[in-house]
Amino acid sequence: MSQALLECADIQKSFGGVPVLKGITLDLQPGTVTALAGENGAGKSTLMKILYGMQAPDEGVMKVFGNEVHFAKPTDAIALGIGMVHQHFMLVSTMTVAENIVLGAEPGSEVALDLNKASTNIRKLSEEFKLAVNPHAVIEHLSVGQQQRVELLKALYRQARVLILDEPTAVLTPQEVDEFFAILRGMRQQGKTVVIITHKLSEVLAISDEVTVMRDGRVVGQVATKDTNAAELARMMVGREVLLRVEKPDADVGTTGLLVKNLSVSTSDGSKRVNGVSFEVRKGEILGIAGVEGNGQTELIEALAGLVTPAHLTGEIRLEGRDITRVDARSRRELGIAHIPEDRHRRGLLLDFSLAENSILGVHYRKPVVSTAGIFLDNQAIRKRAAQIIEDFDVRPTNQELPARALSGGNQQKLIIGREFDLRPKLLLVSQPTRGVDIGAIEFIHRKLVALRDEGCAVLLVSAELEEVTALADRLLIIHEGRIVGDVDPKVATIEEIGLLMTGGH
Amino acid sequence: MKLLRELLFPLIAVIAAFIVGGILILIIGDDPIVAYKLLIGSALSWPDGIGYTLFYATPLIFTGLAVLVALRCGLLNIGAEGQLYVAAFATAWVGITFAHLSAWLLLPLCFLAAIVAGGVWGAIPGVLKARFGSHEVINTIMLNFIAVALVSYFTQYHYKTPGDPIMQTTEIGGGAHIARIGKILPGFPERIPLNLAFILALVCCVLVYLFLWRTKWGYELRATGSNPTAAEYGGISIRKQIIIAMTISGSLAGLVGINEVLGYRYRYYDGFSSSYGFTGIAVALLGRNHPVGVLLSAILFGMLIRGGIFVDAFTNNVTKDLVDVLQGVVILFVAAEALFRGPFGRFGLLKRSKV
Repeated sequence: MSQALLECADIQKSFGGVPVLKGITLDLQPGTVTALAGENGAGKSTLMKILYGMQAPDEGVMKVFGNEVHFAKPTDAIALGIGMVHQHFMLVSTMTVAENIVLGAEPGSEVALDLNKASTNIRKLSEEFKLAVNPHAVIEHLSVGQQQRVELLKALYRQARVLILDEPTAVLTPQEVDEFFAILRGMRQQGKTVVIITHKLSEVLAISDEVTVMRDGRVVGQVATKDTNAAELARMMVGREVLLRVEKPDADVGTTGLLVKNLSVSTSDGSKRVNGVSFEVRKGEILGIAGVEGNGQTELIEALAGLVTPAHLTGEIRLEGRDITRVDARSRRELGIAHIPEDRHRRGLLLDFSLAENSILGVHYRKPVVSTAGIFLDNQAIRKRAAQIIEDFDVRPTNQELPARALSGGNQQKLIIGREFDLRPKLLLVSQPTRGVDIGAIEFIHRKLVALRDEGCAVLLVSAELEEVTALADRLLIIHEGRIVGDVDPKVATIEEIGLLMTGGH
Repeated sequence: MKLLRELLFPLIAVIAAFIVGGILILIIGDDPIVAYKLLIGSALSWPDGIGYTLFYATPLIFTGLAVLVALRCGLLNIGAEGQLYVAAFATAWVGITFAHLSAWLLLPLCFLAAIVAGGVWGAIPGVLKARFGSHEVINTIMLNFIAVALVSYFTQYHYKTPGDPIMQTTEIGGGAHIARIGKILPGFPERIPLNLAFILALVCCVLVYLFLWRTKWGYELRATGSNPTAAEYGGISIRKQIIIAMTISGSLAGLVGINEVLGYRYRYYDGFSSSYGFTGIAVALLGRNHPVGVLLSAILFGMLIRGGIFVDAFTNNVTKDLVDVLQGVVILFVAAEALFRGPFGRFGLLKRSKV
């Protein structure tokens, strides 16, 4: 083995006495792509933050080209050629590409900014790494994929030799992912070292040379990608056998649950986010909606849940034949609509409230959680209900007095799902049900969704994960720029076909 | 254990304030030990010290609770000052206008006047925010000016005894007086103005607690404050909650009028509030937004006001501005809590002790 570009030995880190990293040893060779896989809470992000100098390890040694280093801040890491692209981009949206790239490393003298010199450098880099992007374009006018290239350029501009990418594909369309992987392969050829953090097994297999699997603060496996497969990786990540496929019988479809006719949703500035959408969801089926994020899915689901002011709506929404277009969110819940929102922190949870208090959101004003007098909360009933949800949906830890904030993403999601399932809904609106959720919990959530369908609930599923939506849905609609542009059978349609529809191609 | 942790930071803030204050006293040229002995001794002597401390604490409990209720809904009510002025005047107006009524009728009417006037004055910025999205901080500040000017006008031109040089209204009817504690507690002198409004304040602490943490309405209000988008998702109308919270907040501030008008001066005295409404913000913050905390910190602030008068009188150089300094430092430290706790916790001081 050649000299490792970056290596760490026995890295340990704990927060408030709780060990998060329990001795991580890792070395990164030049010209390789290493995937760092693991469930949420496995310690991936903490490890990356240590490598990037955002946090200092409690124990352990880091070496760059064999020399021991101590990073006090990210600039120390940058100086030694370590770059990072965060999941949420760190770009100033009103500035140009060039301005963003040089930010913090401005060329020219102390006072004058030499942007022309920067632009030339940027163009050179773009060509070298096939990162086509106009240096003078303003960030907010760029697509997400292009913004990501800017982030990469930013790191390359600072002469990064190691690029750490945190969940880089989460925001990309299937086509963009392919392009992105091509870029990464190009970088590998140029001798760059790439570390990609991901929990998508298909991507691990597609792009990496080496896989490091973390679980519970330890490295539980380090294998060459060509010697492994998805099932083995999943087993390492979760620590037990995982069913990667969704097992579901054919849908036993009943009458129409939800009928949407010519629905349009506009924002307060008048732009139409959903544009004349019509479809129906029958009882006992899962209707999937696939699309690149930001193509109206959020607005569609919120409109159906009653969270959009009626003034911004046109068209018709019917639940079991009843017109509910002007009915408010609370009454819709009473009529049997449950909603698992895409953003659990924004919509789904009161993070500072206890699990028990969260378990009653939406039913907090009526029996059985309100006592007979109709005013006071019945703590006993609340505790019973919370305990039931925590048990049925395997929420951990089980202490219902904990604030929701204390739970991992997967457990927060299970709490929400448990709460919404408890409504015994006629219609379930579910958006990104497994975003940021561990593989083990994903399997559990998928089984629950199918079980609910089989009980005769109409399920409308929106997901950015194509694999998820094709696996779960009985029928699949494709949304693009607020319009339904495709209606396919998920059993027959290929990922490429759906991907093309998602980007507005034909 | 949890209680201890909640108490820890306010306690540190208070101790730190006293240390900083002590250094100041040294610089000014007095003995801090002597000054503090005087401060605490005069605030806790029986019966005068305790009586006056609790009397000064009473309006602060009301305004502290007012700020608390709004804050729990995610709103900063800087308008308690205006709300309590309007309410106090309304109370006096009812007490004067219907002076002939018997206590059984007049007293409830006066109470109602305080609650309604304060509530309406609080509801205005609530409605403006709910309806037009205009910020409650701006509107409550503006309404403070309007309230102060309005009640001064009415006092000056319509309800003053002709020829009286003092800016105060005529007296309210005897039926509207509420008893001083001295009337009820044997051995407690009646000259101390501590009155039944203090008991009302205690009752309000309990009621606010029950409302916020035991009723479905309180749940909705707190949910809105904690995460409005999630509350909306749970079928809670944010607009409604904003109006409700500001109304309740205004009403609580309005209860200051009962202490002042019905229990102390028996008339409306212009400019009576020494910033009770603003100090209420500090009381709520130091009290960690909890009724028990509000009660404790209001009493502490009451002690400072009482003791400050004595420090002013019996030391060579220290004036009662010391109290303002102490209050200011307490608030600074409470506000600085973000430095110690939360995502920006830099010093890790509490991180270790937390687990």
